[in-house]
Formats: sequence, C-alpha cells, structure tokens
Amino acid sequence: MDNLNLSKFCIRLGDHCLIMAHRQSELCSKGPFLEEDIAQINLGLDLLGQAEALLIYAAKLEGSIRTADDLAFRRPERQFHNFMLTEQPNTDFAFVIVRQYIMSLYLLKTYQVLAKVEDETLSGIALKAIKELTYHERHFSMWLKRLGDGTEESHERTQTAINELWMFVGELYEEDEIDVMAQKASFASSGAEMKAFLMEHITAKFTEATLTTPDSINMTTGSKKGIHTEYLGFLLTEMQYLQRAYPDAKW
Amino acid sequence: MSEVKDTQGQLWEVFIQTKKGLPFKHFGSVHAYDKEMAIQNARDLYTRRSEGRGMWVVPADAIVAVDSADDESFFDPSDDKVYRHPTFYELPDGLKNM
Repeated sequence: MDNLNLSKFCIRLGDHCLIMAHRQSELCSKGPFLEEDIAQINLGLDLLGQAEALLIYAAKLEGSIRTADDLAFRRPERQFHNFMLTEQPNTDFAFVIVRQYIMSLYLLKTYQVLAKVEDETLSGIALKAIKELTYHERHFSMWLKRLGDGTEESHERTQTAINELWMFVGELYEEDEIDVMAQKASFASSGAEMKAFLMEHITAKFTEATLTTPDSINMTTGSKKGIHTEYLGFLLTEMQYLQRAYPDAKW
Repeated sequence: MSEVKDTQGQLWEVFIQTKKGLPFKHFGSVHAYDKEMAIQNARDLYTRRSEGRGMWVVPADAIVAVDSADDESFFDPSDDKVYRHPTFYELPDGLKNM
C-alpha cells in the first residue's frame, strides 16, 4: 500500500474518531448526572487523542502539504469520510449509547488488526487505543443492558434508537478499493469478517438487554465517497467555526 | 426551603491503592446505581491521572463509623499513653512505608 493510499486509510479512521469525539463533547454539562457527564467526556477525549494521532500520521504520509489541523478544520463536508453512523445526533441518551456502542465494537476490531502491522506508528496508536476502546465497549454495553432491560420507557427509547440507526450499520462492513488495498496489506479485516464480528457481538448484547436486532434492511451508503446525512454540515459548522471565522488564529 | 431529593443513586466510597503492596486509601465518593456503575464512575473520576493500580468501591451505608459524639470515649483515653506506640526504636535507613 503506497503512502498516499495509506494516508487515505488513516484519514477515514481518524475521521470516525474525530466526529465521534465531537458528538461526545456536545454532551458536556448535559449528562444525566455528574459522574456520567464526566465519563462521557473522558471517552470523547480518548477518541480525540486517537483522531489527532491518526490525522498527524495521515498528514505526514501525504507529504506534509497539510497539517492535522488543516485536515480537521479546513476540509469541507464532502471531503470527510467518517461513517454516517458517527455523525448522527444525540437525539436522546439512548441514541448516544447505541451509536457509540456499535462504533466501539467497530473500532476495537479495527485496532486489533492494526496492532499487528509492521508500521510502528500505526501499531503503536492501535495498541494504546485498544485499551481505551475495551473500556468504552464495557461502559456502553453496561448502559445498553441497563436501558434495554430497564423500565418500559428506557426499553422503548433504546429500541427506537436501534431501529433508527440500523440503516447506517451497513457502511461499517462495506468495501471499496481502499479497503481492498488495506486488506491485501493486512491493515484491515475483510468486510465479511467485520460483519460477522459486529453481528455476533451486537446480537448477543441486544438479546441480553431484551432488545431486538432489526431484520436486514436496505443499508444507506455514501461516506466513502464523501456523501453524508444532513447532520454533518451542522456539526462541522460548529467544530470548524474558529478556523472559518478567524483563519490561522493563534492563542 | 424544601429538601432537595438526591436522585443520583446510592453513595459509594472510593478507596485507591497507589502502588501494589501499599494500603488502600480513601479518595472520595461517587454516585451510582449498582456495583459495575460504581467502579466505572470511580475509575472515570479518580484514576485517570495514574493515581492508582488498585481500587475498591464500598456502599457508603455499609461502612460503620464512629459517631462524632463518641469521640471522647473512643479516642481520648489513649492520649496520655504514648508508650503504646513503639516510637522509641531506631528504624533502619532502608525501611520505607512504616
């Protein structure tokens, strides 16, 4: 895999983390109680750290034409490659938990593969991130179980979140030419493997939480080509505000 | 003023061991609805800056404490009996954590 394609691969992964981190940051001071508020922000900061490391490396691979900050704050919507799932809004606490739980599984599997590559930067990032993601998965699955198997209202809201978000799950195991290149270089597992991993864990956890895994439905697709739901534009407007209003602003 | 109802779950006391082998020390408390949530909340509140390698959480109401009204009868009688502590020995230089 040449540097430019590896850079694209890192940008995709970095974008997932960056957009997830931003969604987590929106929860600051809005948690259901103080301890959970702090927990959510901690998890967001873990993701921001991963995003930074990945985008710094991506920028370097690209030939240092752009910095990691340029990648995060100067790219328009169509150049972002985060999964549509990551940009879905924090409609209620159940949406946050379902979205982040599924993405935690995806990232965990992705980093488990990356931890074994010869590229020391990527294996280093992955080894550190696995520890963080193992905890994320534990935290979100605890909530999933609690909400799903909780009160009638919490169950209903969690099932609604699952049903609404399910059409975005297909992107997590979709493959395009960059994925195939990454798989050939042993940087990623195949789409079929990823799908099997996700479905095995999700179905088991949903069943434990008395939740129903939706039947196969038509999955939405597009983020690999820079196509997004209407929510990403608003998210970027806020996240990139400073660089848009005051380009090159310094402390 | 009406009393504010605490709706954040049960109170748990957090004890942290800064290094393996050292005693656990009280660090603070957290709110949580069950054991798993308590240990996770404690982790997120108290151990993110390498404060420890071991941690306990204990339901606050499981701790039996001396009522401050009993301080005199519980603790004062030992005030004038310093000889109960082996403070007159010289400790070897290499000894730590005594």
